[in-house]
Amino acid sequence: MSTELACILVVDDERSIRRFLRASLEGEYRITEATNGMEALSAVVSDHPDLIILDLGLPDMDGVEVTRRLREWTQIPIIIVSVREREEDKIAALDMGADDYLTKPFGVGELMARIRVALRHSESTDTDPIFQSGDLVIDHNLRQVSVAGRLISLTPTEYEILRVLSRHAGKVITHHQLLRLVWGSGYESETHLLRVNISNLRHKIEPEPARPAYITTEPGVGYRLRSS
Amino acid sequence: MPTEQTRPDPDQLLAQVQAEELERLRGRLKIFLGYAAGVGKTYAMLEAGHQRHDEGVDVVVGYIETHSRRETEAMLEGLEIIPRKSVNYRGIQLPEMDVDALLKRQPQLAIIDELAHTNVPGSRHPKRYQDVQEILAAGIDVYTTLNVQHLESLNDVISQITGIVVHETVPDLVLDQAAEIELIDLPPDELLNRLQEGKVYIPEQAARAIQMFFRKGNLTALRELTMRRAAERVDDQMTDYMQTRSIPGPWPAAERLLVCISPSSFGERLVRATRRLADQMNADWLAVYVDSPDHLRLTPEKRDQIARTLRMAEALGAQSLILPLSSTAPTVAGTVVEYARQHNVTKIIAGKPLHPPWRNLLSGSIVDQLISRSGNIDIYVITSSPDKDFTTEASRWSPPGVWIRYLYSLLLVAGATLLGLLVGQGISPTNLVMLYLLAVVIAAVMLGRGPSVLTSILGVLAFDFFFVPPKFTFTVSDTEYLLTFGGLLLVGLVISYLTARAREQAEAAQRREADTSLLYALSRDLAAANDLDSVILAVVTHVEQAFVREAVIFLPDDNNQLSPYGSFSQSAADETETALAIWAFEHQEPAGRGTDTLPSANARYLPLKTSHRMVGVLKVRPREASQDLIPTQRRLLESFASQAALAIERVQLVEQSRQIDLLQATEKLQNALINSISHDLRTPLVSITGALTALEERKDKLSDQARQSLIETAREEAERLNRLVANLLDMTRLESGSLKVVSEPCDIQDVIGAALKQLEDRLFTRPVKLEVPVNFPLVSMDFVPIVHVLVNLIDNALKYSPDGSPLEIAARISDQEAQLFVMDRGVGIPPEDLERVFDKFYRVRRPEQVTGTGLGLAISKGIIEAHGGQIWASERPGGGTIITVVLPIQEQSSA
Repeated sequence: MSTELACILVVDDERSIRRFLRASLEGEYRITEATNGMEALSAVVSDHPDLIILDLGLPDMDGVEVTRRLREWTQIPIIIVSVREREEDKIAALDMGADDYLTKPFGVGELMARIRVALRHSESTDTDPIFQSGDLVIDHNLRQVSVAGRLISLTPTEYEILRVLSRHAGKVITHHQLLRLVWGSGYESETHLLRVNISNLRHKIEPEPARPAYITTEPGVGYRLRSS
Repeated sequence: MPTEQTRPDPDQLLAQVQAEELERLRGRLKIFLGYAAGVGKTYAMLEAGHQRHDEGVDVVVGYIETHSRRETEAMLEGLEIIPRKSVNYRGIQLPEMDVDALLKRQPQLAIIDELAHTNVPGSRHPKRYQDVQEILAAGIDVYTTLNVQHLESLNDVISQITGIVVHETVPDLVLDQAAEIELIDLPPDELLNRLQEGKVYIPEQAARAIQMFFRKGNLTALRELTMRRAAERVDDQMTDYMQTRSIPGPWPAAERLLVCISPSSFGERLVRATRRLADQMNADWLAVYVDSPDHLRLTPEKRDQIARTLRMAEALGAQSLILPLSSTAPTVAGTVVEYARQHNVTKIIAGKPLHPPWRNLLSGSIVDQLISRSGNIDIYVITSSPDKDFTTEASRWSPPGVWIRYLYSLLLVAGATLLGLLVGQGISPTNLVMLYLLAVVIAAVMLGRGPSVLTSILGVLAFDFFFVPPKFTFTVSDTEYLLTFGGLLLVGLVISYLTARAREQAEAAQRREADTSLLYALSRDLAAANDLDSVILAVVTHVEQAFVREAVIFLPDDNNQLSPYGSFSQSAADETETALAIWAFEHQEPAGRGTDTLPSANARYLPLKTSHRMVGVLKVRPREASQDLIPTQRRLLESFASQAALAIERVQLVEQSRQIDLLQATEKLQNALINSISHDLRTPLVSITGALTALEERKDKLSDQARQSLIETAREEAERLNRLVANLLDMTRLESGSLKVVSEPCDIQDVIGAALKQLEDRLFTRPVKLEVPVNFPLVSMDFVPIVHVLVNLIDNALKYSPDGSPLEIAARISDQEAQLFVMDRGVGIPPEDLERVFDKFYRVRRPEQVTGTGLGLAISKGIIEAHGGQIWASERPGGGTIITVVLPIQEQSSA
């Protein structure tokens, strides 16, 4: 255990939610609280948290707007927790740069798993050439992908998709983001390209393409690569 | 490739296509045309009907007159016959075609005998051909028979040939619109044979006249006319055919005829003659009446005559219009020629003047004027029948008031003479003439044309008698005076003519201006009216003022059923009225009095239509049965109707868009409500689920303190959820009326204490000040709901005031009531929201989100009102809110 606990900023206007989050997370993390968007923005500057748990329905400004303002200057991991369950809301927040999204109500175990993924990403530098998740191994130096030791031949686009997903393993990547990162800007609405390539990719790396173990679908939002 | 001249005109082609389109929707009319009764039209028609029936067409006999001829009766066998309906007319039962039954039966082809038949008065249409039009419009094909003498345009020619006037006429338009015409011919000799054998039906009462009619000469002439008419029709079709297919041919240059209508019955003859001419030339034609100042002096019968003539022209296929006197050429002839020039008219048809020739001396007859102005336009002059006796007609149009004016002109001359006699000594008689000219001018200005002409003539006579030597005789010694007489007479006549004319033009202008201002007044009131009631009221009052007529507006309701709108009608609408209104509404045509549909009705029904739809029907009923509207009034009434239609449509559209706005607002509200409730229900669940999962999944890693905190959170949130559900249930109970108040005397201290206890854990940061008089009596109330109210009020005060700010609860007593105050130092309620905060789901808009459904105050209000009390919010001086609850002290009977 490291000498210093990671600091998490909880932004929610509901006292009871802040209270149960503090009770649940305290001990593993240091918790600071903010009750609205402005408080949150200044707390990020003053407290230097390592991660933000952000509610969307804040009294003074929307959580998406808080995300937008933060992303202007910092890459601090942001996990959105909200009662809003429409895909558009999730996509808006993720496209704005949020790292993950949890729909209320949620279990604490799930939340902590997401927190771990997000924190690991912010710590790890992109220099690690080998990504491993289960039997899936991606060697970025050699541009080689193998499943259970067996080399898989991928098209450049398929490899690129896998590379982007592995860089953000455990996090949701929206269709929009994936298209922009792989195909470039201008292709953001060509989701059929994505569907075809993901389907091909799954046939190559998944033991059971219909029940994917590595690349999971977030319905209406995007894809997530299982992290190790 | 077609040359420039023969290329079909696109407009014409379009019209043709549209006509064909319309033709397809309408039923096809086939007319079996014969030259006399007995040629076998009905037989031929039935034969054709059978043929179609055998081809599988759904054929029905709407009306057949077999005249008990056996062979015709035999032909009826195998065809379905719609039973006739019996119409009661003055106590006699008369059989008539049952149009409604036919329309309901909806066959493909209907066989209807005798197109020219006149229906029994009180039927839907005065003429059978109008019934047939309606049946055609319903998409049913019709076979019918017609004798040539019933054709409107040939009517007078045939009456001249045969000496028999036929009153049952059919407009030529009907024949023109027929898809097919079959000529049924029989040589006259054979027809006469059949007549002698008794095979031709002759009504007994007309036997003699019919015998006169069936002479070989007559029959041959009629036969020729019939064939010619049928040939013309074939020729027209051929021409149409060749034109649409760009077949070059000797087209006549496009001719356009214009017939001038005068206010005499001669006009009808003129119109018929023009129709024949137009037919022969294959030309368009217009019927025009010039609305000159003379029109004012016409009797109502004459005005009706003009309207009748114009209507007839329309029925014969003309475009008929009334022209106001042109400003650049202010004579009848000038106006006509000017209009003709502007509209490429090639021939003008006018009647030979009816009035005595001396009236032409002054300015020439209209025909003369037409000829002199017409330039390259041909003028056709049609002679009148010699039997017209215009002297009697002329004497008829002199209302008694005119005689008084003539008497005044007599007095004027007498006055001038008297003045002349008084001052005339020593003045040359020729200068005294001025006095008479003065009298003429006065007469022309004050009395009109006739009296001023009389003044001129009397003036000359008086001057001769009194002032020209030898005095007091009509003899003249000095022939020089003849020149004076002539000059005086001429100047007098010219002055009277010019002055009277100027006056009449001014009057016509005034009348037009009056019409315009009536319309203006209506449109001003309509523009100001912003709901349906005031629009209808404006229309009804303006029609009543302008036409001295009772007006009622029928509007369709949601089920499209027409009914008189509002309570403006003085008499309840009976069935016939409603039926007529419905007819006008459905056919988008005027009905009732003065129209072709049930003209015997006592009111006129004008459709109120805008460019896109029918909005209703305007019923106009004269106060006295005999008054008819003159054409200009009718046009004014039609303008009223279109203004009214637009205004009604406007307010209806405004109302519709208001409804839509309301609906959208309701929808928005409902969405906000669902969002709010789902948020409020879910937030406690988030904390509970979170706390419970934390306890389950991390039980080993949590400190005792953290575990305690999680359990508390879960419990508190469960309570909060319970409160919310209770609130929703209370609201439902209040709304359904199932909340029962069971009152018993309660201690107000106890109530406050119980409420504070419930909120204990939220109050520890707040100073609470209580102010209850010691000797406060017991107040009758239902304990639990009132505690609930107080909890809601205190909860609100806590939510809307900053942590640590004080809370005050006070109770006071007066004679009748107990008062309870809950006061905070919070953000306060905006003045405009003070009342609305008690509305269900209403929450004051604030930047900070405060949880709640907006139900607490609404429920509190419901509970207090069930106790017979009151609750309201007010601003607290110095910031914050005061909620006042008032409960009556008297024993409240438990409801």
